[in-house]
Amino acid sequence: MNAIKITNFHKNYNSVEAVKGIDLAVNSGELFGIIGPDGAGKTTLTRAVCTLLVPDDGTIFVDGKDVVQNVARIRAILGYMPQRFSLYPDLSVEQNLRFFADLFQVPAQEREERLAKLFRFSRLEPFKKRKAEALSGGMKQKLALSCALIHTPKILVLDEPTLGVDPLSRQEFWQILHKIRDEGSTILVTTSYMDEAEQCDRVALFFKGEIVGLDTPENLKNHYPFPIYKIYGGDLRGLKSFFDTLNTVHTSQLFGDALHVSFAEEPSLTDWKAWQAKSGGNLQRWVHHSPSIEDVFLELLREQT
Amino acid sequence: MKKRHNRIFAVVRKEYLHIIHDYRTLFIVFLMPVAQLIIFGYALNMEIQRVDMAVIDRARSPKAQKLIEEFGGSSYFNLFYYDGRYADIETLFKTRRAKVIMTIPRDFDRRLLRRSMVPVQFLIDASDANAATLIRNYCNQIITNFNLKTGNRTALPFDLRRTIYFNPNMKSAYFFVPGLIALILIMISALLTSVTIAREKETGTMEQILVSPVRPREIIIGKVLPYILLSFMDGAVILAIAKFVFQVPFTGSLLLLILLSVLYIITALSMGLMISTVAPTQQVAMMMALTATLLPTIMLSGLIFPIASMPEILQYFTYIVPARFYLLIVRGILLKGSGFVQLLAPSAILAFMSFFLLNVAVRKFSLNLEK
Repeated sequence: MNAIKITNFHKNYNSVEAVKGIDLAVNSGELFGIIGPDGAGKTTLTRAVCTLLVPDDGTIFVDGKDVVQNVARIRAILGYMPQRFSLYPDLSVEQNLRFFADLFQVPAQEREERLAKLFRFSRLEPFKKRKAEALSGGMKQKLALSCALIHTPKILVLDEPTLGVDPLSRQEFWQILHKIRDEGSTILVTTSYMDEAEQCDRVALFFKGEIVGLDTPENLKNHYPFPIYKIYGGDLRGLKSFFDTLNTVHTSQLFGDALHVSFAEEPSLTDWKAWQAKSGGNLQRWVHHSPSIEDVFLELLREQT
Repeated sequence: MKKRHNRIFAVVRKEYLHIIHDYRTLFIVFLMPVAQLIIFGYALNMEIQRVDMAVIDRARSPKAQKLIEEFGGSSYFNLFYYDGRYADIETLFKTRRAKVIMTIPRDFDRRLLRRSMVPVQFLIDASDANAATLIRNYCNQIITNFNLKTGNRTALPFDLRRTIYFNPNMKSAYFFVPGLIALILIMISALLTSVTIAREKETGTMEQILVSPVRPREIIIGKVLPYILLSFMDGAVILAIAKFVFQVPFTGSLLLLILLSVLYIITALSMGLMISTVAPTQQVAMMMALTATLLPTIMLSGLIFPIASMPEILQYFTYIVPARFYLLIVRGILLKGSGFVQLLAPSAILAFMSFFLLNVAVRKFSLNLEK
């Protein structure tokens, strides 16, 4: 049985189509990522999974139960972390946790054990008397995650949990998610950071309310059809306009330190030598580059349009 | 069986923490009613004292002097002699030097001795009609006293004697302070709860707690309970001020007053919660709570204006104003010493209102984020 099964899910806000009929199945015990830019419909989807929005069309089953009919039962097995920090700022770390423990009626015997464990992995123990509003961004997210985990949910839904968090805290946060997945929970997580796709077992690439790609990160990258090179040189802009004139060049994109160019077919060494001569020494170095999820995503969008 | 924690108490505990953490609001909650009661209590005073009175004494005789002393000796009037031109007396009103002008005729003593009618003229500034009526009454009273003292009694076919029950000295404070208790309690209580749910919607915590097995009724009841205690303490402070500052008599049972006040508080809190479930933001919620409590309570509860003198249509509206019923209770207990049996009807209505409002709040409570 799928932990989450979405069939032909549609959602409109007034006349705007936020989600345009998607199909998606998340397996039990999977860390599933929904990757897409802002406004792709990620929040709409997570809210609908959490029974907070009613689908205009299609069905969503969570743990085998319909989100429209079994609101209370789904809410009891779900851990949800909304995009906006949604804990009580004037309550301390511990007070917040205990409130959610009460809300989910965590039995008294399990409670202390549970709290100790959450404190251990979140490393929030030293800050347990601190008010939530006084925590740093990364700590806030860890507290929110802890609150979502207090009742040991079967399925955890996280909406952009790493948004606006520093890289180190993001890294730590993903490590925690892996641990939770390894303990048997199913996790549905959204993010707009493409590089975080690598952290997921499977990802759905989301754009304008539609899924443009769905697979493991490895498969998505392996199916990228074109060889990519990272090209270094003195004047990257000049290089870009040079490569854009070539027939064999599929796409070119400027990054901070290098130019990323994908070719219709693998260029030979003689090609490189010829280009180097033509560019007048501007072309200094080239290295083969394995495609990132971002490359895949952009390619998929190009195919669409 | 595993011991499970009650979710209502989870909400109660959380609300309690919010209350004690927010000491600024707490400060306002206790200071505002005190300030309001004291300011309104002294300002809302129908008694007029030290009215400026110009005296034109044409008689300049011992009897006239006696009459003037009668006026001057009362605390109601502040006398001065006017010896300007009679044609200019209007300027006395226009410059607000006098509210009333008394003119004693030249042959005052002589006519008094002959026991014939002596016309003494009173000109009263009626730009404030209520004040003018009061001033006229004071003048009448003093003239009557004067007549009695000088034995200048006109024979009446019957003897009128007034006895006023419950507020024999007609003190305004006895009338207004219980009304203010009703006003302040409903205003503070409704304001307190009106923001509680709206705040959770605004900060997004509602989205978080909705994804849990908590039920609307658990949230609503959990939010009412701690505020009952808070509003009750507020009420106790107000009652203490009524007793010790305004010396309002506590004729009836204090216990009954407290119990029925708690009932009234619950009605007000329920009203606030109902507002909170429909208001999108705290600000809107506060505006709604103020609008729903302030004006109706002042205008339609009988706090200032007697309900019996309102147009019939408005009289029907007064039945939905909780303060109307609480006023019967608080005035009844404080001034008349009414017992529970006499107050059964208004109490039952308040209980029904609370029940109704809480139910609407639970029903209106949105379990998802759909508009």
